[in-house]
Amino acid sequence: MIQMNVKKAVQEAPTRTKLKVENLGFYYDNFQALHDINLELAENRVTAFIGASGCGKSTLLRTFNRIYSLYPEQRATGQILLDGENILDKKQDINRLRAKVGIVFQKPTPFPMSIFDNVAYGVRLYEKLPRGILEERVEEALRKAALWDEVKDILKQSGTQLSGGQQQRLCIARALAVEPDVLLLDEPTSALDPISTLRIEELIDDLKERLTILIVTHNMQQAARISDDTVFMHQGRVVEKAPTNILFTNPENKQTEDYITGRYG
Amino acid sequence: MDWHYFKRRLMNQVGQALALMATLFTLFWLVWLLTTLISQGWQALDLSMFVKDTPAPGAEGGMRNAIVGSLMMCLAGVAIGAPVGVLAATWLAEYGRGTWLASAIRFVNDILLSTPSIIIGIFIYGLVVVNTGGFSGWAGALALAMIILPVVVRTSEDMMLLVPDQMREAAAALGAQRWRLIIDVVYRAARRGMVTGILLGFARISGETAPLLFTALNNQFLSTDMGNVMANLPMMIFQYAMSPYSNWQELAWAGALLITLTILAINLVLRLFWREPKKGH
Amino acid sequence: MSKVLISSIKEAVGVPRRFGDIVFKQLTMVCAVFVLLLIVAMGWQLTQSAMPAVKLFGFDFLSAKSWDPVMGEFGAAPSLWGTLISSFLALLIAVPVSLGVAIFLTQIAPSFLRRPISLAVELLAAIPSIIYGFWGLFILSPWLSNNVQPWLTDNLGDWPIIGILFQGPPMGIGLFSAGLVLSIMVIPFMASILTDLFETVPTQLKEASYGLGSTRWEMITQVVLPFAKVGIVGSFMLGLGRALGETMAVTFVIGNAHRISPSLFEPSTTIASTLANEFAEASGELYISSLLYLGMVLFLLTFVVLILARLLLWRITYQAKGRTK
Repeated sequence: MIQMNVKKAVQEAPTRTKLKVENLGFYYDNFQALHDINLELAENRVTAFIGASGCGKSTLLRTFNRIYSLYPEQRATGQILLDGENILDKKQDINRLRAKVGIVFQKPTPFPMSIFDNVAYGVRLYEKLPRGILEERVEEALRKAALWDEVKDILKQSGTQLSGGQQQRLCIARALAVEPDVLLLDEPTSALDPISTLRIEELIDDLKERLTILIVTHNMQQAARISDDTVFMHQGRVVEKAPTNILFTNPENKQTEDYITGRYG
Repeated sequence: MDWHYFKRRLMNQVGQALALMATLFTLFWLVWLLTTLISQGWQALDLSMFVKDTPAPGAEGGMRNAIVGSLMMCLAGVAIGAPVGVLAATWLAEYGRGTWLASAIRFVNDILLSTPSIIIGIFIYGLVVVNTGGFSGWAGALALAMIILPVVVRTSEDMMLLVPDQMREAAAALGAQRWRLIIDVVYRAARRGMVTGILLGFARISGETAPLLFTALNNQFLSTDMGNVMANLPMMIFQYAMSPYSNWQELAWAGALLITLTILAINLVLRLFWREPKKGH
Repeated sequence: MSKVLISSIKEAVGVPRRFGDIVFKQLTMVCAVFVLLLIVAMGWQLTQSAMPAVKLFGFDFLSAKSWDPVMGEFGAAPSLWGTLISSFLALLIAVPVSLGVAIFLTQIAPSFLRRPISLAVELLAAIPSIIYGFWGLFILSPWLSNNVQPWLTDNLGDWPIIGILFQGPPMGIGLFSAGLVLSIMVIPFMASILTDLFETVPTQLKEASYGLGSTRWEMITQVVLPFAKVGIVGSFMLGLGRALGETMAVTFVIGNAHRISPSLFEPSTTIASTLANEFAEASGELYISSLLYLGMVLFLLTFVVLILARLLLWRITYQAKGRTK
């Protein structure tokens, strides 16, 4: 199967490997949520993770920036190589790692501060910039997130007063402002209306020029629309990974086929 | 006529009527207490209360020294107790979550929350007054700090736990270290509730009398020296109410009204206008 | 803005190491552990300062009836008696009333009344105890001695067994008044805990009861009360803890007499009011340490009651959490 994937990847677009997952396991206390995950994810591509709820796709996503290590009872085994460096290593500075691997969650999480401060938050943590440059960075991030025109006159207002779709784009802008290499999206549109969803999907398409994007979605049409590669997961294991157009039209695995055609419990 | 069903209906009416009566009984005391306080204390409560000090028997006077002393000790109590409480609550809600030590501390804090204030008074007496050689405003402030501490721990922890974990994750995902995300995001999100808790604690300690009996005692004169005995409103009320002089008793009523109005005002404002969004979302 | 410049600044500033995190974590932990140590220090400190009296009197202190500082006789029995009886009286009134208030607030009152009434209850709970005592002495006691006590003596004083409780001069000061003032203080306190407790009863349970044709009162007594029963007992214990240690309200109205009398109208004293009244004037090591021995007894008494109360209340919160999951 790995052989096949390599072949397909060569056919599609030959790019450098950004993330390499080797023998990854994941535990909540004694419950093992991920089993022996092996994956290679290419740079500047959008990879979608699909599967039934509870299959471990969100758990997998949360290992890429080690956000799980906020909780002492959660742990991962194996290796995840980001540009060849093992991020699960104890010596890894996880705060720096997280500045490099941004994440946006299902529910918008604007901080209780102004729109400007929200976007500037991550920047200020790592860089002491003159006011002018900071303002440019905030503007740039808001533009990339397609929110600038809507908020440029109300930057001092609280971020919590925006609409749901605007809040989610604010969170994307906040993640972009620290200039990450990888962006993790954990069902970023499932709490949004169709119009906001569309805007964010367009945004993802623009962003992949600069970023490697990993997106978890329960919506198969969305995965088909926006991703280059798709990973199908089932009960904590990766069943199949392939370029999206191939996986959705001609899946190799019977389980995958059942899932995408809806013949699935 | 179905006798059994009739009995059930009757019981229903009687039971509900009893609950209503219990409520009226409770409200009755509140109304009586407040009308008494206002009718007894209102005339005595004038401007001279705030500019004159407590008088000798039969002479004219006010309670400036008691107001100043009360304010100083309560503020010092909050200044000592609130930061310690907020930090302790931070450990309980953030770092220590789920550990047995956190459960133990939370349990002990709940006990401390209901420990009689007179016990705290004699504890500070033995610890501070005996060892520093005398009653003092600082000893009073420490006793008050110890009363407000568990209140702040409890309310602050509750408020921090209401901040969704997603918010913490979002800040951590930007590369914020744990302490930065607590200060920048968790404190900010929980700020309103935490301040409410501290202010309610302030209201609570401003009327505490028993612990001051063993710590700050009282002072006939105006003093801002917290190293010495200090006047305060609750002690003034206690002393003057028990006295045989009618002008002292009048002063005690005025002090009682002042303290009650202050506490009720703080409570009303916080509960009416500064209400937290409903818990649980 | 060129990206080169930005990343060069990024390199130059550098990242603060984990130093701040470690310091902050340790600081919060020290404060949290401090709370734990406070209670240990309290127990130790009280025992230490009570030691002279403990050594001299031992456990006989608890049953000795005489309290005469001049003669150097110190016995805790009268204070203990007054403490227990006044608290018992207070709960006798407060238990049914606070239950009634909480039931009314959560199950019966129309929604527009809930907010103002619960606000009034909270205000009543916020008034400091010295105000209750002051008011109790000047307003409530005279009223009781003129109206309530003579009636009780006339109507109940001749009854067998309980009659003796209501004999004696209607002075308005004594155990009866202390118990009543205490109950007025404890009612809002317990009612507010009970109200929170009753709100945890799941709506489905209540609807299920109505669905079988229950009246509202049957729903309350057969569903709400049994569901919350452990917590209800916990709330009562918490109220008891409050009543046992209450100082100022009692000190004003109990009369402060170290004697044990069967009549509720006779003056008495409690541990807390003995401390409040005599501490400032106490002289001599034995007198002071006897007072502190009393304080230690009160500490242990309330400590045990509060531990029981919290254990019961904790069980109910875990139960409620488990159910919503």
